Order: sequence, then structure tokens, then C-alpha cells
Amino acid sequence: MANAPHTHGHDDAGHGSVKSYAIGFILSVILTIIPFGLVMYPSLPKSITLWIVLAFAIIQVLVHLVYFLHLDRSAAQRNNVIAFVFAAIVIVLLVGLSLWIMFSIHTFMMAK
Amino acid sequence: MSNLVTNVGHAHGDHGHDDHHHDSGEMTVYGFWLYLMTDCILFASIFAVYAVLVNNVAGGPSGHDIFELPYVLGETALLLFSSITYGFAMLAFFRGNKKQVLGWLAMTFLFGAGFIGMEINEFHMLISEGYGPNRSGFLSGFFTLVGTHGLHVTSGLIWMAIMMYQVNKHGLTATNKTRLSCLSLFWHFLDVVWICVFTVVYLMGTM
Amino acid sequence: MFGKLSWEAVPFHEPIVMVTIAMIALGGLALFAGITYFKKWTYLWTEWLTSVDHKKIGVMYIIVAMVMLLRGFADAIMMRTQLAMATEGSPGYLPPEHYDQIFTAHGVIMIIFMAMPFFTGLMNLAVPLQIGARDVAFPFLNSLSFWLLVSGVVLINLSLGVGEFAKTGWVAYPPLSGLQYSPGVGMDYYIWALQLSGLGTTLTGVNFLATVLKMRTPGMKLMDMPIFTWTCTWANVLIVASFPILTATLALLTLDRYMDFHIFTNELGGNPMMYVNLFWAWGHPEVYILILPAFGIFSEVISAFTGKKLFGHHSMIYASGAISVLGFMVWLHHFFTMGSGASVNAFFGLATMLISIPTGVKLFNWLFTIYQGRLRFTSQVLWTLGFMVTFAIGGMTGVLLAIPGADFVLHNSLFVIAHFHNVIIGGAVFGYIAGFGFYFPKAFGFKLHEGWGKAAFWFWISGFFVAFMPLYALGFMGMTRRLNATTNPEWVPYLYVAMFGAVMIAFGIACQLIQLYVSVRDRNKAENRCDHGDPWNAHTLEWSTSSPPPFYNFAVLPKADCIDPFTEAKENGTAYKVPAKYEPIHMPNNTATGVVMGALLTVFGFAMIWHIWWLAIASLAGTVIYFAIHAARDDQGYMVPVDVIERIEAEQHKRLVAAGKIPATATRVETSLEKA
Repeated sequence: MANAPHTHGHDDAGHGSVKSYAIGFILSVILTIIPFGLVMYPSLPKSITLWIVLAFAIIQVLVHLVYFLHLDRSAAQRNNVIAFVFAAIVIVLLVGLSLWIMFSIHTFMMAK
Repeated sequence: MSNLVTNVGHAHGDHGHDDHHHDSGEMTVYGFWLYLMTDCILFASIFAVYAVLVNNVAGGPSGHDIFELPYVLGETALLLFSSITYGFAMLAFFRGNKKQVLGWLAMTFLFGAGFIGMEINEFHMLISEGYGPNRSGFLSGFFTLVGTHGLHVTSGLIWMAIMMYQVNKHGLTATNKTRLSCLSLFWHFLDVVWICVFTVVYLMGTM
Repeated sequence: MFGKLSWEAVPFHEPIVMVTIAMIALGGLALFAGITYFKKWTYLWTEWLTSVDHKKIGVMYIIVAMVMLLRGFADAIMMRTQLAMATEGSPGYLPPEHYDQIFTAHGVIMIIFMAMPFFTGLMNLAVPLQIGARDVAFPFLNSLSFWLLVSGVVLINLSLGVGEFAKTGWVAYPPLSGLQYSPGVGMDYYIWALQLSGLGTTLTGVNFLATVLKMRTPGMKLMDMPIFTWTCTWANVLIVASFPILTATLALLTLDRYMDFHIFTNELGGNPMMYVNLFWAWGHPEVYILILPAFGIFSEVISAFTGKKLFGHHSMIYASGAISVLGFMVWLHHFFTMGSGASVNAFFGLATMLISIPTGVKLFNWLFTIYQGRLRFTSQVLWTLGFMVTFAIGGMTGVLLAIPGADFVLHNSLFVIAHFHNVIIGGAVFGYIAGFGFYFPKAFGFKLHEGWGKAAFWFWISGFFVAFMPLYALGFMGMTRRLNATTNPEWVPYLYVAMFGAVMIAFGIACQLIQLYVSVRDRNKAENRCDHGDPWNAHTLEWSTSSPPPFYNFAVLPKADCIDPFTEAKENGTAYKVPAKYEPIHMPNNTATGVVMGALLTVFGFAMIWHIWWLAIASLAGTVIYFAIHAARDDQGYMVPVDVIERIEAEQHKRLVAAGKIPATATRVETSLEKA
């Protein structure tokens, strides 16, 4: 029964390091502060702010996936990446098609 | 969770006991990741509902009226810090330092509990002003989405407390490593969901 | 103290219900008495209820499915007789508030508590064996999934005698299913039965995906896996993608009902149409979850009984994948009429029609397999041929309904009822009955009586056509669904014929019950026994084990690096090779935790339904605490010693020699696995 921690055999890639957490942290802070700042102190046209906010959210999600959840292109992580991409596709379909449907209904049903 | 019947990809019959646990641990973590993907889809459904209901204020307040961004920035900071401290807890585990593991886990717990405390406070304020979930479709959607995330974080905190007890009692065993790895995935995933929450709900709601 | 629960919950004034309860109680008592008399409680507990063995769990799933088939069919007979009686203004014998519960329960039971457990049971039984594995990835979770299903079954059956069931139809649209229009406990029984069993299903999806991806025997590539395993895998992909949507949607409805939220309400900004959208975003993948494993069974049956490799193995996999992917993009066809407009309707209508293409690919692959094969007309093959004819018709009516303009006329008519029964009965039910007959010998070591099996088939298929073809006509004539009485004299002959068809199906079910009795009675006759494991001379690894397989499945992980590895081994003369030595095998321990958690969650569901808050909190907390204790125990299983394995394998060796599968002079030869 192993009481000592397991030496990194098969999944070195899945562990991370102080450096990766630090980079992830700094990137996350930047990607959080800027959207908050743009919304709290509106300085750009609204549509541009919207795009920046959305883009930074997506980028920050990717930062978390890479630096905190250790997803990368290694063989060890491949199954996890596939599962994630699959879930992402399902979500895009579900949310995208649902919003298309509901907003079409909203238009055609002349809801107030 | 007993998932020991391993058809590991190697043909040789005699594994060291270590390897067995490592392989079944890997299986557990992968299974947990799959479960987490279903949780993502669950959140996506609730996000879709929120998006459909966001303008249904029924004469009551909209997001712009009730959201306080500095407060939310504070909550976000707490959750982000808790992600880092959890990462440091895992690094300490792989270095074999039990005391540091417990220390970092305790910090994570405090940050997480702080986040929940702030959220409960926010909900309490809204409800006492008459802006509870039964006021409008928008508020129902808001409380459901943010509340579901909060319930997940709370479950994570309970799990974390149990893990701190187990690590304290049994040390840095293979089983504890597997379970802390699962909790790690869970905790970071909740921070990912929070990014979507503060963007879609708070930022877009205030714009 | 007991929330809304009181003695008034028992429907003493409804004779039909009280008689049913009495019969169930008597039956239950007889069962208990029998088990006690034969002193089988310990055996039941240790060998079955606390088992984490996928084979045992599979058998238990199928038993539940067959029992629930009886209840769901009873609902069907009641509906058909009511409609045959309640014509031209007559009220029949079922008042609307009772009839509404019957059609709701019929749908929920047949889909969630008959078809789902049936396929899950067959998958549990066969898939780990087909991929050469010793069990699933998470055996404890497998047990828990089963007991979560049982939770749902207990709750929906309790609703018969304690309270009521939902009256909303199996889809339970708000605002009808909201608190204002369904204030009783019926909707809550619905919600909690579905939530608990749905959680079990989601866990099963995760479990089997991990199993198939990580536990195949060395050498077996993904594309080599048998088609039944592949279709189950696609179904599990759909489960993992769609069941979270159901969980979320039911939870949202629960918030509306329990905490006065306004997600789906009419007033204060709710949007009931969002429920319809989300429900079907789950509901459509759900029906593909039901049908895909049945397609897999047909592939196995055709391949086994023509003695040929399945035509187009790879294209079958891709076609099933295409069906799955498309099946996630068509859900709006259930509500063309809700008002999304032409563009949205056109997109979803087109996508729906596209599914017929990969389905056609599969159909042709089966036909090409049969062509120039020597098809043996066993009862399983009859079910398969019956499926091809029946499902093709049902599929075509589906393509018809996929045209939004046509659907505007036919939506909510009996045409829709006829269509989906056509595909579900012709597809899923026929498939699972065929699968039951196909895998029964593997589970129990003896075959089912062929004669009664064939009789059952002929009653089922002719009964199906007699019962449902009139419904297509009635749909065209304007009869809508969920009516408990009619007034149009033109409809009457069709309703009579439909009822007669239901009676014919009843005869089919009776034949199946007689088949079970006769088969068990005659199980030790030489012509029926097949514990050597390969009654059909089939192609895949599950048939290389004894029947039933040893609890560890394979003493040595089998060599498999091609399609149909067992046939390959038989042809090369490498089948049934005895290895030079055995290694100890690591197996999980049985555990009561699944049973206990299932029981506590049943109590939780019941408490939530009746608003007994203290009990709900206690049972939920108890569930979590019990699980934490189970996890803390960190049970690492046990090692099966070599002498146990040797004894079991030696007995199998004798059976194989007796059956003429291997020569009596067969000696211990190194397996190719050991050479590696």
C-alpha cells in the first residue's frame, strides 16, 4: 500500500508547476480586470465593449483549462481534450440552437 | 469508489500494488472528468434559460439596477485566489509535504467560504428588498444560475473538509491523491463556470 | 409531521385502483413468503442485491424492465378498451382524471422504466464481455445506478396507491405541470422518479464510456469492437450529452413548484415555451438512446445466424455516429407548431429527414449480410426481420412528419402516436426481445423454448399492425391524442380494430410468460442446455466464455486484434486454449452501499413529494454521510487465488469436451497472450 506520494510515472503532464500556476494567475487577473474596468468605467462604444468582454471570457476559460486544468496536446491529456471538445460542441449546439429558437418565437409570437 | 478491475493496457500480469492504484486512480480521475463534462452541459442549460429570461423583469429591477460590480470583483478575486492555493496544495502533495498540503487546503477553504459568505450576503440583501426569485422571471433565472454555482462551491467545500480530515488521518496515500485530483478538477471547473457567470450575468447585465 | 400525507392519499373510493393494489400486495406477499420459505434471503442479498458484478446487475435490470412492461401494457389495454367503449358520447369506465394519469404513466413507464432498463441490462450483460474486460470501469457506481433506477420504480408504483400520478402526459408541459394547474402530488412523483432514475442513467453513461475507452482487452482497436458495443457507446455519448438537460429542466420545474420561482410560469415573466424547448432537447436524443442499442442487437443477431461477418462493419459505426450527431440537432420537430417560423422549421425539418440516410445505410448493410448467407430462421431472426419491415414503415411516417407543413396538420393527432409506436415497438421493443432471447443462454446456461418464442413474435407483429395501422387512419381523419372519449361515429370501427390488436399483443406477452415458465421447467434437458457458452456458433468474445461466465469473466485476457475475434480464433484453432499457468485476479468486493443509498434516496423523493421536510433533510444527509463512510473505508477488493481459477476453468474444459467444442485430447498449450 503506497503511503509515499507516487513518483511521476505516467502523467507528468497532469501536474503543473509553480510557474504554470503563476502565469495562469497573472493572465487571469489581466483578463478579469480589463472587462470589469471597461464596464464599470464605460470608455468605449457599447458593442466594442461587449465583444471585448466576451472574447476575454473565452480566452480566460482557455487560460484556466491550460494552466490550471493542465489540458494540452500531449498523448496523456488527449482523452480529456476530446471529452472537453465534445462537451463544448454539445453546449454550442444546445445554447445556440435554443437561443435561435426562442428568439424566433419571441419575434413571431409578438410577445411583449 | 471501488473501480479496481483494471484491464490496463499492458499484457504483463504482475503489477506492483502501487501501479494498480495509480492506474485505477487514473481511471477514476478520467471518469470524474467525464462527469464534469455533464455538469458543464447542466450549467449550459441553465445559462440558456437565464438568457431567455433576462429581459423578463415584470416591472421589477433589471440587472443594471441591482448588480454591484466592485462587490462581484471581490468575489471573483476570492475564487481566483482559491484556485491558486488549491494548485499549490496539489504541488505540495507531489513534493510529499503533508503539512503544506493541509495548509494550502485550509487557505482554499477560507477563500471559498468567503466567496460563499459574500454570495449569501448578496442574496439576503436582494430578498430583503423584495427582489427575491419569486419577483420576476429574470430574478428567478439569476438566483437559479448563481445559486446553482454556489451550491456546487458549497459541495466542494464540504468535500474539501472531508479530504483535509482524511489527509490528516491517513497521510498522502494513493487514494487521497486520486480524490484530491478529482476535487482539483471540480474546483477549477467551478472557477471556469464563474468566469461565464460574471461575464454573462454581471458584466453584460450592467452594460 | 407528515407534510401533506394523510390517509386520504389512498384512493379507497376507486375500485379499479384498489383491486390493482390488492393484487400487487398479494403478489408481493407471495414472493416474500416464497423467498422466506426457501430460505433464500441471504443468497439474494449476498449474490444479487449487493453484487457489483455487471452480469448480475444486467439480469436485475432486465427483470425490472419486464415487470414494468406488464404494468405499462396494462395501462395500454385499459386505454384501448376505454376508447373502444367511450364512443359516440358514451363516457366509458375511466373518468378523465383517472385516464389522464394512465396515459401519462404509460408513457413514462414504457420509455423510462421499461425500454431504458432493458437496454441498460443487455449492455451490462454483454458489453464488458464483448470487449474482453473483467468488469466495468466503476463497479460500485454500476450498482448505485441500478438502485437509483429502482428508486424511480418504487416511487412511480407507490403513486398508484398513495396519492396520484401526473395528469399532464409524459412530457409534462408547464403551465399545466406547474403548481397552479397541477397542485397535487402527481407531478412531484413524476419529477422525483425521473430525477433519481435519470441520475442513475447519467452515471451509467459515464461508466460505460470509461469502460469502452480504457478497458478493452489488449490489441482490440476501437474500430474492431463489436457493433452492439459501438451502438451502446454512441447511446452513452447521447446519454452524457442529453441527460444533464433533463436534470436541469426538471430542477427548474421543481423550483417553480416548490419555491415559487417564475422560470416556466405564465405570469411575472416566466416562459413555458422554454420548457418545451429544453425537454425535447433531451427528449429527442432520448429516443435515439432507446433505438441505437436495438440496432446493435440486430447486427449481432444477423451476423450470428447467417454465419457471416457483418457487411460494412466500419460503415455501421459511422452511420450510428451520424445518427447520434444528427439526433442532437433535430429536437424542434416535436414543436414545429410552437411558432419559431419558417427558417427555424426548415432547418430542423431538413436535419430530421437527413437521419433517414444513415439509417438506410444500416438497413442495407443488414440486407447485404443476409444476401448469400445461410440465414437460420430462429425466433431472434424473426424479430429482426419483423423489425426491418415495421421500422421501415415507421421511419417513413417520420420523414412525412418531418415536413413542417404536414406536421401542422398532423401534430398531436393519432398519426404521431402511430408513428412513434411504430418505431419504438418495431425498433426498440422487437430489438430488446430479440436481445433477450439471444443473450438469455449466456446469462443462464440454457436456451429459451423456440416454439413459444415464435408464437410470441407472430402475435406481437400482427397485433402491432392491427393495433396501430388504424391509428394512422384515425390521425388523418382528425382524431387527436390524449382523448378519453370520442363522438365521431366514423372513428368507431377503427377504435374497435385497434383494441383487438392490443388483445393480440396481450396474447404475445402471454406466450413470452409461458415461454419463460416452460424454459425454466425444461432447463436441464440436454437439447436446451448450453453451459459451454456458444449456442449460436457466434463471432464475438462473450461467446468464448461459459454460460454463465465465471465471475471474473476471463481467466486470461483474450487476444483480439480483428473484427469477430472469436470466430477468428475458432478458425485458427486457437480458441479455448488453456494457458500454462494462471495469475491471481483482482476483483472488487460486493457492497450494500448502492442498496442503502438507493433506499435513502427513495425516502428522500417520497419526503419531497409529500413536503415532509425534516425527513427529506435527514434522508439526504444520510445518503451523503453513508457515501462518505463507504468512501472512507476505501475497499480495495480482494485477490482471487489461482486454485479457484484453475478449478473453474477445469470445469469449463470438461463442458467444452462434452459438447464437442474441443477434442478430448486437448492439452495445456501456451496462449498467444503468454507468448507476448
